[in-house]
Amino acid sequence: MALTGSRGSAPPPSREAEPMTKTELATEASLTVVDWIDERAQLSQGLRWMMFRKVPKGINWAYTLGSATMIAFLNQAVTGVFLAMYYRPSVTGGAYASIRYINDDVPLGQFVHGMHKWGASVMIVLIFLHMGRVFFFGAYKYPRELTWIIGVVLLILTLVMGFTGYLLPFDQRSYWATIVGVNINNTAPFIGPYLGDFLRAGPEFGATTLSRFYAIHMMLVPGLMAALIGLHLYLVAKLGISAPPWLKAQEPEVAIEKVEV
Amino acid sequence: MNQAEKEQYLREYALLKNEGKPFFPYAVAKDALMAVIVMIVIMLLSLFYGAELGPAVNPTTTTYVPRPDWYFYFLFELLRVMRNAPKLTDMATLGVPTLCMLGLFLLPLYDRSPERLITRRPVALAAGLATITCMAYLTYTGANTGSPNQVVLPVPPGLTQSQRSTFLAGEIIVGESGCEGCHQIGSYGNNGPGPKLTHIGTILRPGAIASTLKDPIAPMPSFASLAQHSPKEFKQLVEFLSMLQ
Ligand code: HEC
Ligand code: HEM
Repeated sequence: MALTGSRGSAPPPSREAEPMTKTELATEASLTVVDWIDERAQLSQGLRWMMFRKVPKGINWAYTLGSATMIAFLNQAVTGVFLAMYYRPSVTGGAYASIRYINDDVPLGQFVHGMHKWGASVMIVLIFLHMGRVFFFGAYKYPRELTWIIGVVLLILTLVMGFTGYLLPFDQRSYWATIVGVNINNTAPFIGPYLGDFLRAGPEFGATTLSRFYAIHMMLVPGLMAALIGLHLYLVAKLGISAPPWLKAQEPEVAIEKVEV
Repeated sequence: MNQAEKEQYLREYALLKNEGKPFFPYAVAKDALMAVIVMIVIMLLSLFYGAELGPAVNPTTTTYVPRPDWYFYFLFELLRVMRNAPKLTDMATLGVPTLCMLGLFLLPLYDRSPERLITRRPVALAAGLATITCMAYLTYTGANTGSPNQVVLPVPPGLTQSQRSTFLAGEIIVGESGCEGCHQIGSYGNNGPGPKLTHIGTILRPGAIASTLKDPIAPMPSFASLAQHSPKEFKQLVEFLSMLQ
């Protein structure tokens, strides 16, 4: 108190002393939180690297198919969580009844269920289109071979999701289609019988089969996919998105000289 | 690609990238618009087509035709087509798709030419178009043909008119009942876990067949409810099986 001098002749309050508006306060607070987190996690550098990297000239709409696939995957993840809140993997009527319940009684249940069901088809379409783009643009060639290989694994996992998810409603269609599907796996050379046994969780198609499909469908494969998508995107950002193959760089002399030094 | 070609590519790419724009906001804007479109399409599909649920599982049904989701039609169709060459069935159902997957997986390892423009990659262009055509064709025919569980056997000679029609009806019932999931009949169905039924008429008498169907040993499901609810179809099924000499 003593340091601020006498009250009467105090200079007009400085800018800093002015009370902050609510928005300023909120900005300040969130900046502090962001700074606090960033001081520890140091994410902003990575984020800046990811967001402000350059994409080459000539990037067109075909290049959005990968991120569109990812949006479809995220849609599956989110709607899947809501379905899992009600779903019961029980063969003695529980599975079927729980899906009936979602469809008929849960608010927006049928809508979310439908988004999950149709989202699967949309994701399959998008993943094939994305793969087609990469194939016809020759984008899998050096140095992006590994990105492609991870992509093929993602394609297989997406198909596995479609196959295991189909059984879960446990209606006639899904039951019989899955019996045929498992038997197809059964006839595979060498690993077939083991694959069949693994999927059925035993020599016959029964209660444990459904639990097994459920675990594969909602834990094993989605976890793997999320990790692989992360790796896929890391490689995409690290290597840079390929330029459209029909573009040739206009070679400025400076640049040429620079590289050839 | 040899070392020089790799370096040449990286040099060229660095130049193109230099002339490009930052990912944010230019590419992000396109991606975001695409994301909105994708979500709208998914929601519209859900609103218009919903997620209808079929009838509850009934392992002893006789009227159900197994159908996978559309993106597996090509696989089911391949299975059906390859039935005509029974020795190849294993190859067709998992072998061919496995080989295709392997080919896809290893693509960057065997296609090492530096050329990226599709019009200068005739082999890749032809292979790509051929793959798309095959998949589209198989999906289309798969969507339009009957169940992969269909059985179409040559009708044994010397049958009366009514035996003939029983035989044809039996084929349908067997196909619809999912017997092929566990039994091989002629060139149809899976070899196991159940025994082959190709010559079941010479092994079991009709009465024994009927009692097997009504009171089978697990894992075979019981078809007693079929006998109860539609005795005519059950009788046709038993007579059909007895005719498989
Ligand atoms: C879930 C698998 C499964 C399905 C579906 C199935 N079966 Fe079976 N079936 C078996 C098994 C396993 C056996 C062998 C049982 C045993 O140990 O006797 C068997 C045995 C039989 C036998 C006795 C064969 C013999 O040589 O003793 C007949 C006949 C038969 N099944 C007919 C049918 C018919 C007809 C259908 C369709 C309407 C059918 N099965 C559906 C699994 C199945
Ligand atoms: C879950 C599935 C997938 C997701 C979420 C995904 C996501 C992405 C994204 C966001 C990109 C950035 C560029 C673009 O969008 O085109 C990309 C690039 C790439 N993807 Fe995928 N992808 C998936 C599946 C696949 C598949 C099945 C393949 C091929 C077999 C593949 C191969 C590639 C390659 C080689 C690139 C680099 C392309 C370039 O640099 O031009 N991806 N992916």
